[in-house]
Amino acid sequence: MTALTTRRVGIALVTVAALTAAACGGDDDTSAPAPAPAEEPAAEPADEPAPAPAEEPSGCAVGEVDGDLNLYNWSEYIDPDLKDAFAAEYGVAVNESNYDSNEAMQPIISAGNSGYDVIVPSDYMVSIMIESGDLMALDKAAIPNLANLSPEFASGLPYDPAGDYSVPYQWGTTGLAVDLAVAGDDVPETWGLVFDTDLAEQYGFVGATTLLNDPRETLGAALKYLGYSLNTTDEAQLDEAKQLVAEATERIAAFESDQYDELLATGQTALAHGYSGNFLVQFDEADDPDQYTYFVPEEGGTRWVDNMAVVIDAPHPCTAHTFINFILDAENGAALTNWNYYASPNAASEPLIDPEILEDPIVYPTDRSMLEFIADTGDFEINFSDAFIEAKG
Amino acid sequence: MGVHAGVVFAFFYAPIGILIIFSFSGDRIVGQWGGFTLDWYREFWNNDQLTNSITVSLQVALIATVASVVLGTLSALALERFRFRGRRVFDALLYLPIIIPDVTMGIMMLVFFAEGIDVVDSLLGISLAKGITTITLSHIAFCISFVSVVVRARLSGMDSRLEEAAMDLYATRWQTFRYVTLPQILPGVAGGGLLALTLSLDDVVISQFTSGPGATTLPVYVFSLIRKGVTPMINSVSVVMFLASLVLIAAMLGVDRLRSTGSNVPSAVPRGDLSAEPAVGGHERGDT
Repeated sequence: MTALTTRRVGIALVTVAALTAAACGGDDDTSAPAPAPAEEPAAEPADEPAPAPAEEPSGCAVGEVDGDLNLYNWSEYIDPDLKDAFAAEYGVAVNESNYDSNEAMQPIISAGNSGYDVIVPSDYMVSIMIESGDLMALDKAAIPNLANLSPEFASGLPYDPAGDYSVPYQWGTTGLAVDLAVAGDDVPETWGLVFDTDLAEQYGFVGATTLLNDPRETLGAALKYLGYSLNTTDEAQLDEAKQLVAEATERIAAFESDQYDELLATGQTALAHGYSGNFLVQFDEADDPDQYTYFVPEEGGTRWVDNMAVVIDAPHPCTAHTFINFILDAENGAALTNWNYYASPNAASEPLIDPEILEDPIVYPTDRSMLEFIADTGDFEINFSDAFIEAKG
Repeated sequence: MGVHAGVVFAFFYAPIGILIIFSFSGDRIVGQWGGFTLDWYREFWNNDQLTNSITVSLQVALIATVASVVLGTLSALALERFRFRGRRVFDALLYLPIIIPDVTMGIMMLVFFAEGIDVVDSLLGISLAKGITTITLSHIAFCISFVSVVVRARLSGMDSRLEEAAMDLYATRWQTFRYVTLPQILPGVAGGGLLALTLSLDDVVISQFTSGPGATTLPVYVFSLIRKGVTPMINSVSVVMFLASLVLIAAMLGVDRLRSTGSNVPSAVPRGDLSAEPAVGGHERGDT
């Protein structure tokens, strides 16, 4: 088993061992063999630029399993029937655990020995995890169903251009949802509803708007409104966007990333910035689903992709590959989307996806040319965070 | 005063009342009444991951409580009744888990287990995995301190001459502990145990860092649901938990009543009045 030990971790361990020994009342506890940090040679220095792919192909055969599947996923993100089907087909148990944010998941994987096989990180987190060496290079020979991916997802994704480490699971967009009972039926599909005072007043959104509490998403929206790329590294452009958000701050009710859909559905807000799938589920439950609409403004917006990836020290790498192949199956991919209401990257699944979902422009935007991924801007990320904090005042 | 107490009680219990009411609401949005329904209880019952997480939580909490009560009581006794080298250091370190923020403790545990598993693997060739065991160990680690503090408070209020008297009368150390010390500190031990149970059932942060495949505790699962939006199913879970704790409290009160009416049930004590409440007021602990 490859141990990705770093010096940092070693030092922390010594401290922990000492403290735990104390906390356990000095009784015979297991913390005795505190290793000297230098004992274990760090196999791969963490700061090596993006490790070369195909360093150690898992050598798994198609459909091979080498133990139970330990899946670490967002909650309620997979149809329980799919888990059962996988378990039945391959004769292994499926143990699922859940996390609520990429940021909560990453340190647990990064520390090593997490015990998980497959994780579902979002786009930007994939590039972070590739860089820190948390992901296993995929053995594409063991995943023949990769051929089912639609061309736009098969390669060229900015966070993992060759698809060496990750396979798209579901995707969606970030945009605006509107309460038509407040705004009327002829709302223009523009970010101006947020950033233009006149429009905001005209449609009654003043004090009734929430924006995501996320520097990249919210500044990205302003950048799009201004006609720039949301991955800009131009300080002047970012400055303009910052001004816009700062002005909008006076008109909005809150920066809110968790309950924006509920606030909209309970009538506390009339305009909400958020993720497509969440809105769709919320609308579906409303008394009158037609009272609300969601769109990606015509200036463009962000597109996100959640991906399956194999953990670098996965205890059952072959089961992991087999599971990814299983999800990429046309029928299973369709079942996933029919259950989740998120768009599928699986082209072969499309004929099997509920037409109501497939034809819903909320799930499958018709014009995808205006969508952009949030790419890692490297050192410029800090400018985004700073600008956002300043804009929020 | 009566009004004041009423307001305080309302402040405490109104949220619980609202929680219970909305667990029967037919509307998906928490806080919006949508007609009476038992659907959320059904959904809760049929949600395997949820029921599984409850089992994990209870398992962890019970083991962690028993273990930390034993270890915490022992360490309290050691600190309160004996002098030994490093006692002060030990005393100070015992407070650490209480003071350290949960996140710090969680990350320490994460790194500790991640590395510990490697060390055990390379030294003994046994491959361990994170799961219920690691969650339980981490809970024991922080619960010990709380139990110990509560038991010590009780111990220091107890007249140590009672123990000396017992030993003068040829009671062994064990008999002294069993028939003199333990009955005296029992309320502290029970209180510490309850505290440990609550803390363990409640913990999110540390559990999140120490859990492994298939071992998610209830609070961790509930938090992970937030992304998909909270439904009244969470209310129904909370109501069940609330009722369970009511039963627990009722059981405790019942046991208490039994004990006080049954007049010294463990009547193996040669002299029942030894364990009678000592006149706490005037005594200073006699340091020998």
